[in-house]
Amino acid sequence: MTTPHNSILLVLLASLIGSLAMVLLKLGADRHRDKRAPSQWLMPIGGGIALFLASSVLYVLGIRNGSLTVLYPMVSLGYVWALFWARWFFNEPFNRSKIVGLSLVVLGVFFVGMGNS
Amino acid sequence: MLEPNVITPGYATIQQLEVSNPVVRSEPRRGVQDTSLASIALVVFSTLIAAAAQILLRFGADNLGDGGLTGILTNVSLIGGYTCLGVNTMLVVIALRGGQLSVLYPIMALGYVWVTILAPLYFHEIINPSKMVGLVLIIAGVSFIGAGSRA
Repeated sequence: MTTPHNSILLVLLASLIGSLAMVLLKLGADRHRDKRAPSQWLMPIGGGIALFLASSVLYVLGIRNGSLTVLYPMVSLGYVWALFWARWFFNEPFNRSKIVGLSLVVLGVFFVGMGNS
Repeated sequence: MLEPNVITPGYATIQQLEVSNPVVRSEPRRGVQDTSLASIALVVFSTLIAAAAQILLRFGADNLGDGGLTGILTNVSLIGGYTCLGVNTMLVVIALRGGQLSVLYPIMALGYVWVTILAPLYFHEIINPSKMVGLVLIIAGVSFIGAGSRA
């Protein structure tokens, strides 16, 4: 089964937007925990939910055509983007367990996708 | 007289201790959030809801047809799927208050595990050796990340 470039683009975009949604949710969660004014945390959480919905719509459209072997692992790339966003925005360090663990996860999702094709 | 909270000359600063003492250095750095066990448990639970959402959305997408906007808005599976996504999002936000994004987000990959195990019940799929290997790798990876965050 060949995978159209449009599907690849849609799923890649879905993973990117999904990871940015998590950044906004984390920002809102931190502000809520720190007892900031509702306007301070409602905006990022609302924005995160909007991006989350957009991401899942793109994902549904993306996986309608094409091989899941190709498309599945690309969704898990969202975790990789998030590793960089988390370091950039929240000073969360890279460490060995995150890098090894995430590599195993991406590899695992790849194998699940292979099994689905 | 010295106040009790004033740093006494002659005492090493935390930075100096970090250089000279590897045990102190292994302590979490200030400013970096720890990830609580409760947050990890909540995210693991949320992946079950996320898996239900995935399966409902898949049902919905399969039954979408050419009904246009009305077809989407009256599709019970899609509505159920997005409701689960909403509940999932709420749980995730609560969990994110108590932990690192780069720890908690990859744990959500457990959703793949539940979906792969549940899909054969609903979609005439099978769990073949490749999927089995994938599930083991995902569980190992998530365990690695979770254990590393508690070390």
